[in-house]
Amino acid sequence: MSVIYILWHRQMKRYIRSRSRIAGAIGQPLLFLMALGYGLGAVYEKAGEGDYLQFLVPGIIVQTLLFSGVFWGIQILFDKRFGFLKEMLVAPVSRTRILLGNALGGATISLIQALLVFGISFALGFRIDNWAMVPLAFAIMLVLSVTLTSFGAAIASMVDDFQGFQGINNFLIFPLFFLSSALYPLTDVPRVLQIISSVNPLTYSVDGLRWALLGQSHFGIGIDLAVMAVTMVACVAFAVNRFNRIQA
Amino acid sequence: MSKTIIEAKDVVKRFGKITAVDGISFKVKKGEIFAFLGPNGAGKSTTISMLTTMLRPTSGKLMLNGHDVTKDQNSARKSFGIVFQDPAVEEELTAYENMRIHAVLYAVPKPEQSDSIEKLLKLVDLWERRDSLVRTYSGGMRRRLEIARGLMHHPKILFLDEPTLGLDTQTRNLLWDYVRKLSENEGMTIFFTTHYLDEAEAVAGKIAIIDHGKIVASGTTAQLAKKTGTKSLEDAYLQLTGSTVRDEASKGNNGLNVRSANRNSRLR
Ligand SMILES: Nc1ncnc2c1ncn2[C@@H]1O[C@H](COP(=O)(O)OP(=O)(O)O)[C@@H](O)[C@H]1O
Ligand SMILES: [Mg+2]
Repeated sequence: MSVIYILWHRQMKRYIRSRSRIAGAIGQPLLFLMALGYGLGAVYEKAGEGDYLQFLVPGIIVQTLLFSGVFWGIQILFDKRFGFLKEMLVAPVSRTRILLGNALGGATISLIQALLVFGISFALGFRIDNWAMVPLAFAIMLVLSVTLTSFGAAIASMVDDFQGFQGINNFLIFPLFFLSSALYPLTDVPRVLQIISSVNPLTYSVDGLRWALLGQSHFGIGIDLAVMAVTMVACVAFAVNRFNRIQA
Repeated sequence: MSKTIIEAKDVVKRFGKITAVDGISFKVKKGEIFAFLGPNGAGKSTTISMLTTMLRPTSGKLMLNGHDVTKDQNSARKSFGIVFQDPAVEEELTAYENMRIHAVLYAVPKPEQSDSIEKLLKLVDLWERRDSLVRTYSGGMRRRLEIARGLMHHPKILFLDEPTLGLDTQTRNLLWDYVRKLSENEGMTIFFTTHYLDEAEAVAGKIAIIDHGKIVASGTTAQLAKKTGTKSLEDAYLQLTGSTVRDEASKGNNGLNVRSANRNSRLR
């Protein structure tokens, strides 16, 4: 336990000591929220779909978790490059615990950023449908942060350089995000897009969060939660497997 | 004292076309101070990486304190401590925080942690600077921090990969005195590499010389000198390894190795 704690604590210290990163990491989702929420809101409403900002906020929260969670994996590459990974990997502690401590730190960081975006969205006019469901929304964010940092850690364990990581990142992250129903409702899109979105696990997180915050869901909260749970287990297992194989 | 604690048998490591370690075998006895010498790129660090579970050998067998290193990594890791050739500190934390993480990783009992950290940081003269971020340290200070860290827990085997690179004479002497004491008082086995042959001559009980991934000779200083018909370790070493300068493979240690390369060329 104390090993996991001290490694988690190290991540938090790093995070708090580089405040510019905090601003940088929430800047992008806020930009999306304002440009799209305000910019496309009028069009969306004219089409008879209701308030676009409301619709968009859960998607942007997931985006924050996605980008900052997966991007956190780069921390592992930094540790490889600057040598600290070796210090952790030769220690008489199982690699699973080493990974867990670090990844929980990363998950906490991306959760904090998602909560910041969530908080700011209220200032932009976001309103919650049913406050009793807010704990569920937090639980979904928590599960998602663990899932996505694990995913980032797995990718970082497989590549050796920053370019490789960035490449995989761009190749995966943007499609995952744009094809997740974060930005548009699945009911009105062409069939092809609907099919693609429904095999994207992230779609179910967006859908579940939308249900918790707005009471709207495409698939039903039961299916959403089940997919989220399975995805989390798969991503954590993937990360443990890859991290165990690192040679430094 | 005669029990074997480190054993390598026909160990090979290839990186693509490069054969970094080419079928080496050796034994180190418990409590021995063992020097692993060789020119840059000879395969010393690669051997240490394999012994310390960081790299898997292409073939061959490695035993550490009775554990098969490739099969039983977790038990093997409980047996050793290491000071790496390349920096392995967290620069965004302070020296004290680095020491604390190490203490927890190596399960140093909580009540002993603070005393031990203080004693060792004072030993390497970093106590006054304990709360500065390591990022602000000079190369020599980082090295001293890594050495203090490596000495904190008392493992059965201590690996030191060019520990004195870039250090001043005072710190070098301090390190070797401390290491000698660990070996005498606690029966700790020391496995180290260095380019300073005087150090090896002064502290090592046994020496192995590796070149191009192969062990070319091993024994005590006297045995090596006798074998080569030379008078000192330095002469024996030069005769065994030739006198061409090798490139250093190591990455990211701030050019410290340029110094060792220069030193090698001066040895000509
Ligand atoms: N990760 C690696 N990938 C490819 N080649 C490597 C790697 N690590 C070491 N080598 C090569 O293996 C050889 C031995 O390197 P090393 O063990 O670091 O030598 P030494 O520590 O004796 O100076 C060198 O030729 C080096 O270029
Ligand atoms: Mg080396």
